[in-house]
Amino acid sequence: MKKSKSIAQYPYIVWSIIFIVVPLFLILYFSFTNSGGAFTLENYEKLFQPNYMKVFYNSVKLAAISTVLCLILGYPIAYILSKLDPKYRTLLMLLLIVPMWMNFLLRTYAWMSIIGRNGIINTILKAIGLPTMNILYTDTAVVLGMIYNFLPFMVIPIYTVLIKIDQNVIKAAADLGANKFVIFRRIIFPLSIPGVMSGITMVFMPAVSTFVISKLLGGGQYMLIGNLIELQFTTVGDRYFGSAISILMMVIILISMAILSKYEDKDEKEGGGILW
Amino acid sequence: MKEVFNLQDSNKDIILDLKNITKKYGDNTVIDNLNLYIRRNEFVTLLGPSGCGKTTTLNIIAGFEEPNNGDVIFEGKVINEVPPHKRQINTVFQRYALFTHMNVYENVAFGLRIKKIPEKEIREKVKAILKLVDLEGYEKRSTDSLSGGQQQRVAIARALVNEPKVLLLDEPLAALDLKLRKEMQLELKRIQQSLGITFVFVTHDQEEALTMSDTIVVMNKGRIQQIGTPEDIYNEPKNKFVARFIGESNIFDGIMHDDYRVSFEGREFQCVDKGFDKDEKVDVVIRPEDIKLEEYGKGMINGIVTSVIFKGVHYEIEVEANNKKWLIHNTKQVKIDEKIGMNIYPEDIHIMRKARDME
Repeated sequence: MKKSKSIAQYPYIVWSIIFIVVPLFLILYFSFTNSGGAFTLENYEKLFQPNYMKVFYNSVKLAAISTVLCLILGYPIAYILSKLDPKYRTLLMLLLIVPMWMNFLLRTYAWMSIIGRNGIINTILKAIGLPTMNILYTDTAVVLGMIYNFLPFMVIPIYTVLIKIDQNVIKAAADLGANKFVIFRRIIFPLSIPGVMSGITMVFMPAVSTFVISKLLGGGQYMLIGNLIELQFTTVGDRYFGSAISILMMVIILISMAILSKYEDKDEKEGGGILW
Repeated sequence: MKEVFNLQDSNKDIILDLKNITKKYGDNTVIDNLNLYIRRNEFVTLLGPSGCGKTTTLNIIAGFEEPNNGDVIFEGKVINEVPPHKRQINTVFQRYALFTHMNVYENVAFGLRIKKIPEKEIREKVKAILKLVDLEGYEKRSTDSLSGGQQQRVAIARALVNEPKVLLLDEPLAALDLKLRKEMQLELKRIQQSLGITFVFVTHDQEEALTMSDTIVVMNKGRIQQIGTPEDIYNEPKNKFVARFIGESNIFDGIMHDDYRVSFEGREFQCVDKGFDKDEKVDVVIRPEDIKLEEYGKGMINGIVTSVIFKGVHYEIEVEANNKKWLIHNTKQVKIDEKIGMNIYPEDIHIMRKARDME
């Protein structure tokens, strides 16, 4: 029994080695070598040049703003969903998820035609005689795109935690004299922290590493980490520097995961961080 | 059904009065015109099978549900509209419902914090109540590091620390194992007596009800079947349902010919009941321990032993007579297929009116 079990693991182990472990080591190897194949720290030194630091700062800033806004929008959505009659819950949950089934690129292109100079919003504004807005190719557009694409990743983990809260616990708090506001502040919110942490992880990580959203909605003038990596591999052809940036991004993500995992439910992971 | 109470009791003694309570979910009547009053310092148990409306009754007292009809009167005032957090009633929930993100101390202090009681006083009260439930020194422990029995004690302490006038307990012992349950039954009774608080306890376990209660309210299908002391309920069940639910019984169809004369199982018996219509159809209930064994042929009823099970203190004997099974508890050992006789004294024959709309 035990033997057959260990044999069954081999395909997975082989798969992991070929497609995960080896590439990781390759990236690590490239990041410490130059084009001649010799060991160097040059790539990492380059990272600390002010123009690159600015890229990292921008990436983290935009991702953080998007995450906070996703939380502000997503928590009430999750809360309202969790309070609904289960009959409608599934339907509304589906409405939230269905857009995710569409191609990511397509969804982002759709936003370009909505907020573009001659997009839907400006057409309407013009028609009713109001001044038009130039949102496209600004930070606002990038944040908007991030929120639109990643909001469900905030809502779902929070919602999952909220519906699992024992109704008797809420009744007990009411019984002990707590009104609705106190119940939320002292019971529901603290109990939903693991979901909030998962949500933050699940939004922050793709947001900090995205290059499609910033490329399309930021118009290429907003260089984020993702774009920088893409540039190194596709245009510049400097896979050594590109690998160093990738390693840095992994470090950023690992650090934020380590911080967040402290707040997550000890015995029941809601499946946030592990997905990204 | 209220004659079990002494009606001369002054009204001041009544803390909680439920008048004509009806609760419906759609077309489904869960509680049907329930009338019940509970006196100060009384340990009342609502006993019945699942779905009998006992938990709904508790929820109405706590304020989590509003009756469709009738009044909940607390110390002389109608409190139908008062929300749960404004009632001087606290609840111990099934499966404890502890706040898992707080330690034991914070759980117990929760109600006091909301009342904005000074921290020093909170500390004293929590300490005293934890001592009462035998959990001294557990203040800093997280709730999930506690055993089921300890969690139960925290839940009780959390409710009692608010000094409620009535404590509601919704099957609080259901999740505990048998030994712990028995301990907690005595423990709860001790706490109730030492604090002098009215307890309303809900259970489906008849033994639990008999052990702890001053008064038992037997419920079925949203109606009160009988209110009485444990002795009353056990010895003088009002109807077939109560007799079946409390302890084990032999129940026969009978005809009450006249006062003190009943016939069942093809024979006439003397009994102590009166006041029935002539030849009224009745249920006859005989407790298994009230049947005396005799030599074959010398008993009022004679039959053959079909099964004998040793139960520790007594044997559980099944006797077949006239194609009917009789259940007997006796300390004397008999053998399977042995022919024996059975005698029943008049005072052990309980006659009950047939309920028209029950069961």
